[in-house]
Amino acid sequence: MTYAGAILILVGAVFAVLGALGVLRFPDLYTRLHAASRTGPLGAGLILVGAGVSTGDALTILRTLVGIVFLLVVSPVSTHLLARAAARSVAPVVVAAPTARPTAGYSEPGEGSDG
Amino acid sequence: MIEVVTDIAFGLLGIAMMLAVSRLILGPTLADRILALDVANTIGIGLIATFAVHVHQALYVDVAIALALVGFVATISFARYLLAQVKR
Repeated sequence: MTYAGAILILVGAVFAVLGALGVLRFPDLYTRLHAASRTGPLGAGLILVGAGVSTGDALTILRTLVGIVFLLVVSPVSTHLLARAAARSVAPVVVAAPTARPTAGYSEPGEGSDG
Repeated sequence: MIEVVTDIAFGLLGIAMMLAVSRLILGPTLADRILALDVANTIGIGLIATFAVHVHQALYVDVAIALALVGFVATISFARYLLAQVKR
Protein backbone atom coordinates (compact mmCIF):
# COMPACT_ATOMS: atom_id res chain seq x y z
CA MET A 1 0.00 0.00 0.00
CA THR A 2 2.76 2.42 0.91
CA TYR A 3 4.76 1.69 -2.24
CA ALA A 4 1.73 2.27 -4.49
CA GLY A 5 1.00 5.59 -2.75
CA ALA A 6 4.64 6.67 -3.06
CA ILE A 7 4.74 5.86 -6.78
CA LEU A 8 1.45 7.70 -7.38
CA ILE A 9 2.68 10.78 -5.50
CA LEU A 10 5.96 10.84 -7.43
CA VAL A 11 4.25 10.44 -10.82
CA GLY A 12 1.79 13.21 -9.94
CA ALA A 13 4.61 15.55 -8.91
CA VAL A 14 6.47 14.85 -12.16
CA PHE A 15 3.30 15.63 -14.14
CA ALA A 16 2.88 18.87 -12.19
CA VAL A 17 6.45 19.91 -13.00
CA LEU A 18 6.02 19.07 -16.70
CA GLY A 19 2.75 20.98 -16.91
CA ALA A 20 4.23 24.03 -15.22
CA LEU A 21 7.27 23.85 -17.51
CA GLY A 22 4.94 23.79 -20.49
CA VAL A 23 3.03 26.78 -19.12
CA LEU A 24 6.28 28.70 -18.85
CA ARG A 25 7.93 27.63 -22.09
CA PHE A 26 5.20 27.29 -24.71
CA PRO A 27 4.88 30.27 -27.06
CA ASP A 28 1.11 30.59 -27.27
CA LEU A 29 -1.87 30.84 -24.93
CA TYR A 30 -3.60 27.83 -26.47
CA THR A 31 -0.56 25.56 -26.23
CA ARG A 32 -0.14 26.78 -22.65
CA LEU A 33 -3.75 25.79 -21.98
CA HIS A 34 -2.96 22.36 -23.39
CA ALA A 35 -0.05 21.99 -20.98
CA ALA A 36 -1.95 23.44 -18.03
CA SER A 37 -4.89 21.08 -18.34
CA ARG A 38 -2.48 18.20 -17.58
CA THR A 39 -1.63 19.49 -14.13
CA GLY A 40 -5.25 19.18 -12.96
CA PRO A 41 -6.42 15.55 -13.17
CA LEU A 42 -3.00 14.01 -13.75
CA GLY A 43 -0.90 16.05 -11.35
CA ALA A 44 -3.14 16.95 -8.43
CA GLY A 45 -5.47 13.99 -9.01
CA LEU A 46 -2.70 11.40 -8.89
CA ILE A 47 -1.22 13.03 -5.79
CA LEU A 48 -4.65 12.98 -4.12
CA VAL A 49 -5.16 9.30 -4.94
CA GLY A 50 -1.64 8.55 -3.74
CA ALA A 51 -2.35 10.31 -0.45
CA GLY A 52 -5.55 8.32 -0.04
CA VAL A 53 -3.89 5.01 -0.90
CA SER A 54 -0.92 5.57 1.39
CA THR A 55 -3.20 6.14 4.39
CA GLY A 56 -5.05 2.91 3.63
CA ASP A 57 -8.26 4.19 5.21
CA ALA A 58 -11.40 3.36 3.24
CA LEU A 59 -13.12 6.67 3.99
CA THR A 60 -10.05 8.66 2.95
CA ILE A 61 -9.79 6.69 -0.30
CA LEU A 62 -13.47 7.43 -0.97
CA ARG A 63 -12.94 11.14 -0.36
CA THR A 64 -9.93 11.27 -2.66
CA LEU A 65 -11.94 9.46 -5.34
CA VAL A 66 -14.66 12.11 -4.99
CA GLY A 67 -11.93 14.73 -5.32
CA ILE A 68 -10.44 13.25 -8.48
CA VAL A 69 -13.91 12.86 -10.06
CA PHE A 70 -14.50 16.55 -9.29
CA LEU A 71 -11.15 17.44 -10.88
CA LEU A 72 -11.95 15.33 -13.96
CA VAL A 73 -15.27 17.14 -14.41
CA VAL A 74 -14.02 20.62 -13.60
CA SER A 75 -10.69 20.88 -15.41
CA PRO A 76 -12.05 20.65 -18.99
CA VAL A 77 -14.83 23.11 -18.13
CA SER A 78 -12.48 25.78 -16.82
CA THR A 79 -10.00 25.23 -19.66
CA HIS A 80 -12.77 25.52 -22.23
CA LEU A 81 -14.17 28.70 -20.67
CA LEU A 82 -10.73 30.30 -20.55
CA ALA A 83 -9.96 29.34 -24.16
CA ARG A 84 -13.35 30.69 -25.27
CA ALA A 85 -12.79 33.97 -23.46
CA ALA A 86 -9.31 34.26 -24.92
CA ALA A 87 -10.51 33.48 -28.45
CA ARG A 88 -13.10 36.26 -28.15
CA SER A 89 -10.43 38.70 -26.97
CA VAL A 90 -7.19 39.53 -28.72
CA ALA A 91 -4.97 36.62 -27.70
CA PRO A 92 -2.36 36.31 -30.46
CA VAL A 93 -1.78 32.94 -32.08
CA VAL A 94 1.97 32.47 -32.35
CA VAL A 95 1.95 28.88 -33.55
CA ALA A 96 -0.24 29.10 -36.64
CA ALA A 97 -2.42 26.03 -37.02
CA PRO A 98 -5.06 25.51 -39.71
CA THR A 99 -7.93 25.53 -37.23
CA ALA A 100 -6.34 27.82 -34.69
CA ARG A 101 -8.83 30.66 -35.11
CA PRO A 102 -12.26 29.27 -35.97
CA THR A 103 -13.85 32.67 -35.38
CA ALA A 104 -13.09 33.80 -38.93
CA GLY A 105 -15.69 31.44 -40.34
CA TYR A 106 -15.61 27.76 -41.05
CA SER A 107 -13.83 26.64 -44.19
CA GLU A 108 -13.62 23.14 -45.57
CA PRO A 109 -10.26 21.39 -45.16
CA GLY A 110 -8.35 21.34 -48.40
CA GLU A 111 -10.14 24.41 -49.70
CA GLY A 112 -7.67 27.20 -50.23
CA SER A 113 -5.72 28.35 -47.15
CA ASP A 114 -3.71 25.58 -45.60
CA GLY A 115 -2.19 27.66 -42.81
CA MET B 1 10.44 5.59 3.82
CA ILE B 2 7.43 7.65 2.80
CA GLU B 3 9.06 10.82 4.18
CA VAL B 4 11.84 10.58 1.57
CA VAL B 5 9.22 10.35 -1.19
CA THR B 6 7.27 13.30 0.17
CA ASP B 7 10.48 15.34 0.42
CA ILE B 8 11.23 14.64 -3.26
CA ALA B 9 7.62 15.51 -4.15
CA PHE B 10 7.89 18.74 -2.16
CA GLY B 11 10.98 19.68 -4.16
CA LEU B 12 9.33 18.91 -7.50
CA LEU B 13 6.14 20.77 -6.59
CA GLY B 14 8.19 23.75 -5.40
CA ILE B 15 9.95 23.88 -8.76
CA ALA B 16 6.55 23.67 -10.50
CA MET B 17 5.18 26.47 -8.31
CA MET B 18 8.17 28.68 -9.19
CA LEU B 19 7.61 28.05 -12.91
CA ALA B 20 3.90 28.87 -12.63
CA VAL B 21 4.54 32.04 -10.63
CA SER B 22 7.14 33.21 -13.15
CA ARG B 23 4.53 32.80 -15.89
CA LEU B 24 2.14 34.73 -13.64
CA ILE B 25 4.65 37.59 -13.48
CA LEU B 26 5.77 37.43 -17.13
CA GLY B 27 2.44 36.63 -18.80
CA PRO B 28 1.75 39.14 -21.56
CA THR B 29 -2.04 38.99 -21.49
CA LEU B 30 -4.67 38.70 -18.77
CA ALA B 31 -5.62 35.19 -19.94
CA ASP B 32 -2.03 34.00 -19.39
CA ARG B 33 -2.14 35.29 -15.83
CA ILE B 34 -5.49 33.60 -15.15
CA LEU B 35 -4.04 30.37 -16.54
CA ALA B 36 -0.91 30.66 -14.39
CA LEU B 37 -3.06 31.31 -11.31
CA ASP B 38 -5.09 28.18 -12.09
CA VAL B 39 -1.92 26.11 -12.43
CA ALA B 40 -0.50 27.53 -9.18
CA ASN B 41 -3.76 26.66 -7.42
CA THR B 42 -3.59 23.10 -8.78
CA ILE B 43 0.00 22.75 -7.57
CA GLY B 44 -1.19 24.01 -4.17
CA ILE B 45 -3.72 21.15 -4.07
CA GLY B 46 -0.87 18.73 -4.74
CA LEU B 47 1.28 20.37 -2.04
CA ILE B 48 -1.46 20.05 0.59
CA ALA B 49 -2.11 16.39 -0.34
CA THR B 50 1.62 15.67 -0.11
CA PHE B 51 1.70 17.42 3.27
CA ALA B 52 -1.16 15.18 4.43
CA VAL B 53 1.01 12.16 3.68
CA HIS B 54 4.08 13.77 5.25
CA VAL B 55 2.49 14.44 8.64
CA HIS B 56 0.23 11.33 8.59
CA GLN B 57 -2.92 13.41 8.97
CA ALA B 58 -5.73 12.35 6.64
CA LEU B 59 -7.69 15.50 7.53
CA TYR B 60 -5.58 17.62 5.17
CA VAL B 61 -7.04 15.71 2.19
CA ASP B 62 -10.32 17.51 2.90
CA VAL B 63 -8.45 20.82 2.81
CA ALA B 64 -7.05 19.92 -0.61
CA ILE B 65 -10.51 19.07 -1.98
CA ALA B 66 -11.93 22.32 -0.60
CA LEU B 67 -9.10 24.22 -2.29
CA ALA B 68 -10.01 22.50 -5.58
CA LEU B 69 -13.62 23.70 -5.21
CA VAL B 70 -12.60 27.29 -4.45
CA GLY B 71 -10.05 27.34 -7.26
CA PHE B 72 -12.64 26.19 -9.79
CA VAL B 73 -14.98 29.02 -8.79
CA ALA B 74 -12.08 31.51 -9.00
CA THR B 75 -11.06 30.41 -12.50
CA ILE B 76 -14.67 30.44 -13.75
CA SER B 77 -15.27 33.94 -12.39
CA PHE B 78 -12.03 35.26 -13.87
CA ALA B 79 -12.98 33.80 -17.27
CA ARG B 80 -16.44 35.38 -17.01
CA TYR B 81 -14.77 38.70 -16.19
CA LEU B 82 -12.56 38.36 -19.25
CA LEU B 83 -15.61 37.64 -21.43
CA ALA B 84 -17.52 40.60 -20.00
CA GLN B 85 -14.50 42.82 -20.61
CA VAL B 86 -14.37 41.71 -24.25
CA LYS B 87 -18.09 42.31 -24.90
CA ARG B 88 -18.04 45.75 -23.25
